[in-house]
Amino acid sequence: MELQGPRGTEIIAAFKEAGVGIIASLPDIWTSQGLLWPLARDKEIRLIRVCKEDEGVSICAGLSFCDRRAALVMQYTGLLDSINNIRASAVDYKLPVCMVVGLLQKEPDKKPTESKRYGIRIVEPILDAMGIDHILIEGSEDVALLAPAIDKAYANSRPMAALIGREVRE
Amino acid sequence: MMRRDDCFKALAAQRGDAIVVAAYSSAFEWLRASPSPLNYYSIGAMGQASSHALGLALGLPDHKIIVLDGDGSLLMNMGTLVTTANIAPKNLVHFVSDNGCYEANGSHPTPGKDRVSFAAFARAAGYPHVFEFDDLATWTDALPRLMALPGPVFGALKLVPGAPLDMDYDFIHGPDVRRRFKEAIQPLLAKRKTREPVATR
Repeated sequence: MELQGPRGTEIIAAFKEAGVGIIASLPDIWTSQGLLWPLARDKEIRLIRVCKEDEGVSICAGLSFCDRRAALVMQYTGLLDSINNIRASAVDYKLPVCMVVGLLQKEPDKKPTESKRYGIRIVEPILDAMGIDHILIEGSEDVALLAPAIDKAYANSRPMAALIGREVRE
Repeated sequence: MMRRDDCFKALAAQRGDAIVVAAYSSAFEWLRASPSPLNYYSIGAMGQASSHALGLALGLPDHKIIVLDGDGSLLMNMGTLVTTANIAPKNLVHFVSDNGCYEANGSHPTPGKDRVSFAAFARAAGYPHVFEFDDLATWTDALPRLMALPGPVFGALKLVPGAPLDMDYDFIHGPDVRRRFKEAIQPLLAKRKTREPVATR
């Protein structure tokens, strides 16, 4: 049986359940069709298109002071590119920056750390080294983890990452 | 050419209750010119002042947000001009202190310092109001009108450093300034007209 990713509608519902009203994003083909295009059409969530992912880290950090919940949707390459600002704006400052990270081309049946792709293998160890909580969303059954993880990030004023292990379905 | 300390003193007189997000040398100069709990120094990484400010501008859409960026900082996050112009927050004013060097890092010249026009970049990115100033009297005269314009407004300030600065990085990155800022904006949050979901969970 083919292993299927989560549906974008499920992730959007989880954002709303967690009170997320703003999404900053740079397109990622892993989440584009299933999640980002529906987000762009959503009437309740405002999509902020950024030119580079570390802008999104800062936008979410600034919004956190204003009691506006936000999340940054990006590819894992964007996470890797943004490490210094995540280190500073999220970890050092202890701010609830929530990141949804597409693990583009991770093999559906493998853990991220077992991927043949170097860039994917290093994501969880880097998050662990930075002390950033993370969850893995492989399929629909994992989406229930998202809203509580966002709640926890805001309750504790700490960053978190939700890793999307399979392509998001419409 | 203006001195930065004179330039910022003039801005401080027009600040009102604006939130000011300031980076590096501009932050230390602003700390001296206009100390306030509504100063936001927690810009994280170099280049990110305007992006933090955009978050604040989105979260407090009825309150004036001023960015005091540096030229080296803005060069590190040029996409912010496009992102900000695209969102077009009416409450955001973005100034860049253009002294042509990485002042906080040994005063090495910024690449292209004699050719780059930040005003031209901002104009091309889509900022509706773009200014350049290199004269204190002109800057001081223009400020009241400039601050009243609907944003996003961009101003490139050609200047030289003023009196030596006390660069206390532990202070600007430390938890106390964030705690004080968070306390100071509570009344502003209470007055905010709710337009988007508020974090209530």
